[in-house]
Amino acid sequence: MNESGIPTVSAPVDFAPKGRSPWRDARLRFQRNRAAVASVVVLMIIALACVFGPMLLPNAYDSVDWDLMSHPPTRANWHLFGTDELGRDLLVRTLIGGRVSLMVGALATLVSVSIGVVWGAVAGFAGGRVDSLMMRIVDMAYAVPYLLIAILVVTIFGRDILLVVAAIAAFSWLDMARVVRGQTLSIKSREYVEAARAIGVPTWRIIFQHVVPNLMGVVVIYTSILVPGVILTESVLSFLGLGVQEPMTSWGVLIHDGAAVMGASPWMILFPAGALSITLYCANFIGDGLRDALDPKER
Amino acid sequence: MWAYVLRRLLVTIPTVLAVVTICYLMLHATPGGPFDAELKVSDAVLANLQAKYHLDMPLWKQYLYYLNDLIHGDLGASFRYADWSVNDLVKRALPVSLAIGGTAMVIAIVLGVGIGIVAALRQNSAIDYIVMLFGNIGSVLPSFVLGPLLVLVFAITLPWLPSGGWDDFAPRYMILPIALLTLINVSTIGRIMRGSLIEVLSSNFIRTARAKGLPTRVVVMRHALRPALLPVVSVIGPLAISSITSAIVTESWFSIPGLGRLIVNGASDRDYTLVLGLVILVTVLAVFLNLIVDLAYAWLDPKIRY
Repeated sequence: MNESGIPTVSAPVDFAPKGRSPWRDARLRFQRNRAAVASVVVLMIIALACVFGPMLLPNAYDSVDWDLMSHPPTRANWHLFGTDELGRDLLVRTLIGGRVSLMVGALATLVSVSIGVVWGAVAGFAGGRVDSLMMRIVDMAYAVPYLLIAILVVTIFGRDILLVVAAIAAFSWLDMARVVRGQTLSIKSREYVEAARAIGVPTWRIIFQHVVPNLMGVVVIYTSILVPGVILTESVLSFLGLGVQEPMTSWGVLIHDGAAVMGASPWMILFPAGALSITLYCANFIGDGLRDALDPKER
Repeated sequence: MWAYVLRRLLVTIPTVLAVVTICYLMLHATPGGPFDAELKVSDAVLANLQAKYHLDMPLWKQYLYYLNDLIHGDLGASFRYADWSVNDLVKRALPVSLAIGGTAMVIAIVLGVGIGIVAALRQNSAIDYIVMLFGNIGSVLPSFVLGPLLVLVFAITLPWLPSGGWDDFAPRYMILPIALLTLINVSTIGRIMRGSLIEVLSSNFIRTARAKGLPTRVVVMRHALRPALLPVVSVIGPLAISSITSAIVTESWFSIPGLGRLIVNGASDRDYTLVLGLVILVTVLAVFLNLIVDLAYAWLDPKIRY
């Protein structure tokens, strides 16, 4: 190990130069970050539990246990997280809610990353008037309180999970576009782009084949920052009663319902709030780890 | 300076116009009209009503009428609250929101800057660690978890304060909401202040000031504070916008009759005009707040010249 923390190859047997991709370097750096690796493991456990848990557990998220209503956590009938005031199993509901929250998070992130990368790359590559027009639009959207627009969309078109995703995605790509544009500007002046242009590669192919792959570092970093924010926005909408509808649920809905009765049955808010907080905390740690691993300035 | 103000205003107006237009068109895409209600009226009356509200005109004319009303400060009539115009509703709700949100913002800035200064001057001390530990409280314990938590501690476990409600600006009902909104922002401001002050304190002019033999208090207060405050000022605009989210959550959690609860109620009642009016109002407020913050920033930073 040298000073910068990058393991050096000690006396290879054959002296043929062995290339190491920057991605491999980054992976090694990430693996050395214990908090980040642990967060990945925890997040994967949560995700797997949300996906497969409801299939394996005996209770359904909308079935009522008439004998155990508002019951604290118990081993009876597998109500490990207790039941809500309608006698529905809170463990399964938390997992189902997690499905919705994580799915909305993943979907909205995917959409907004796609928009942001394309928007930023095109603006940065085109430059000039196109660039300033596109970035002016980003500036304008920045000043808009996006939650209000999401609320307006829900008001007009009714509560629909896909609309919630669309509304969240419509305002989450702005940071990404800015960062990608900045990075594109610096990539644009590299030799390989010049070479590609010299041999007559069309602009759109230069953007998608030469510029976008080299943007992946910043894109990964900003995606990891985006995910918790997106999950949070969905939860806020659900908390306000504007997200998914009963009997479907999400962490925001569960926290809201639990908060109403937390004096009498604290477990009803404790578990969903814990699940959400742990997820957000892990996402933040992973984001930090990725930034440290991928940001060339940190080396 | 005035040229700069003018240039910024020229960016602001299209923003507001774009939001109004998009929202208006979205509203127009909804099926049904305002007079399709249970109470059937005769065709002649319906035609009269539509004429009165310009609903018989082409879309672009209706839009221009709406814009005209907006410019004259008329947000239209509510769909659900009989006898109330959106203006009336806003007039009652806005002071409440401003009292809660404004107070919380001022406390958060003062407290955050203070904490940031202490943390920067005592790097790696206990208070520094506490600030850093709570640094991302807003992202891990969001307002809708922190709010119930505050109620659980200060209203249920310790029955000191009401768990919600409103009594004509009685301070008892304002403490918890303000505390919640302050907690959301204070750590962000503290962290930024700490970082920027540490950076400023290591710059050359501070070394010069110290070398002159000035006491630390004077170095910090007279020389370091102003440049260190710049990043804090620049973050106030975005912070205020993101606080709109927590303000909406706070108001609906504590049942405070402010703009936030109005908009949530409007959304669940599907009161189109009310929500549209509120969205436009808050957007305009947010955009102009951003403008003021930017101007203040330009005014504070001697490096920016127009």
